[in-house]
Amino acid sequence: MQAEPLIEASGLAVGYGGEAAISGVSFALRPGETMALLGPNGGGKTTLLRALLGELSPLAGTLRVGARCASVPQTERSQLDYPVSALDVAAMGALSRLPWWRRPGRRDREIAADSLRQVGLDGLADETFGKLSGGQRQRVLIARSLVQDARILLLDEPFSGLDRPSSERLEALVGSLAAEGRGVMVATHDLEQAQRWDSVLCLNRDQIAVGPPQRALDVDVLEATYGGAIVELPGSGRRAVLPPHHHHHPH
Amino acid sequence: MLEPFQEEFMRRAIAEMALLGVAGGAIGCWVVLYRLSYATESLAHSILPGLVLAALAGVPLLLGGAPAIVIAGLAIVLVAQVPGISREVAVGVVVTTMFGLGALLALSPKSPPGIQELLFGDILGPSNGDLLAAALLVITVATALPLMHGRLLAVGFDRNAARSLGASPAVAETVLIALLAVAIVVAVQGLGNLLVAAVFVGPAAAARNLTERIVPMIGLSVAIALASGLAGLYLSYYAGTAGGASVTLAIVAAYLLSLPAGRLIARFGDAAPVPATIG
Repeated sequence: MQAEPLIEASGLAVGYGGEAAISGVSFALRPGETMALLGPNGGGKTTLLRALLGELSPLAGTLRVGARCASVPQTERSQLDYPVSALDVAAMGALSRLPWWRRPGRRDREIAADSLRQVGLDGLADETFGKLSGGQRQRVLIARSLVQDARILLLDEPFSGLDRPSSERLEALVGSLAAEGRGVMVATHDLEQAQRWDSVLCLNRDQIAVGPPQRALDVDVLEATYGGAIVELPGSGRRAVLPPHHHHHPH
Repeated sequence: MLEPFQEEFMRRAIAEMALLGVAGGAIGCWVVLYRLSYATESLAHSILPGLVLAALAGVPLLLGGAPAIVIAGLAIVLVAQVPGISREVAVGVVVTTMFGLGALLALSPKSPPGIQELLFGDILGPSNGDLLAAALLVITVATALPLMHGRLLAVGFDRNAARSLGASPAVAETVLIALLAVAIVVAVQGLGNLLVAAVFVGPAAAARNLTERIVPMIGLSVAIALASGLAGLYLSYYAGTAGGASVTLAIVAAYLLSLPAGRLIARFGDAAPVPATIG
């Protein structure tokens, strides 16, 4: 018997100003599950994440989010010259529990320090956020979502701009957080990495496919997801997506 | 050194400047972090017609400045609604219109002399009402900013993510701009239409150069505002220079000093550099 899903969407359509940006989205995210969210830019990944956070309401279909959702955005979107430490940023996660006039107190900062330890940043709590490396900053934001006590983590392109070791550490961290019973959804461009998650959700304005990567990802699905033809790169055995309407220019 | 304190007018000027320094230094940190320096400058200039009308009617400047800043704010919102006009252009259009209108009123033959006082302030001659208004401003700022601190910090850090943390960007920004508008209207008596922005931008920008944490930044900003306010008044007293302009110069000097000082702190104060860990 499987655990009750943390997120259940059925025939979900979400959009802006009454116009659907994504539609036909149906999936379930269970405790302990890691799900890759694949799709082209403008394919609706961010729209879906915003709907899960409750910032956009369904235009059609149903969406049930059964636990607290935390967003782990790309760290470049925050002000990197901001006068805060890693601990200050992690402690911001406590705001969602506090009445509006309270700021994170000593107890909240202890929780934040524990969370930083949990993501492997002990010793860097007092460092200025903007001076950390990209991977360290991403882990601070994950620590912030742990302070929020969220059972669902939504990561938006967390691996972009990270070098390989940082990327691997982050991937291991995501795996261990899921193993503790959280549901993790990762919007990503990295197809190779997506195959190591429990499931994938392919989105290109419509839901193209959902399921375990071995079953859900095939050439037809990828073509529909990225809107282009898949070609095998000569000699390498690797595949690449050709964007639609691609013209060959003489170089 | 204590000679200026023996003069009644200097004691009043120092009191007014200290109150404005505390309020301006504290709000200024959020002005700098929210990149509102241009908005501050604009709001200050746009209240000129209100100030001129108040001066003509012989009522406290506050009574002219307060409605003018509300009208300017609403006009900016309205003009920005016109398709093809960005917020920045709207600010430019409204502010120059308001400032021009103020100059037109002030320079008409029927107007009494004294426009200089509106442009450059009269820090050396605050009335009892001015001192009371400045004291109330300090109480308001000292109440509102600590209450809003957590939310202001989260929204300024990442506006988009703040909502999912339970901090509304609209609320934080509205509270901040309302506080700023009130503070400008109160401070314009002392520092004048053209110079008032200095106290909201200079000390905080200098403090930002000296520290990388928000709470020390607010403390330093207030201290710099107080010190440069006092230095400016001393300069004015001994050199016979204009009060508001001397204070502004002192603030600028503090900012210039903060640049090399900040670099020294970064080199020697931070003895433990970031460990070069992977990832």
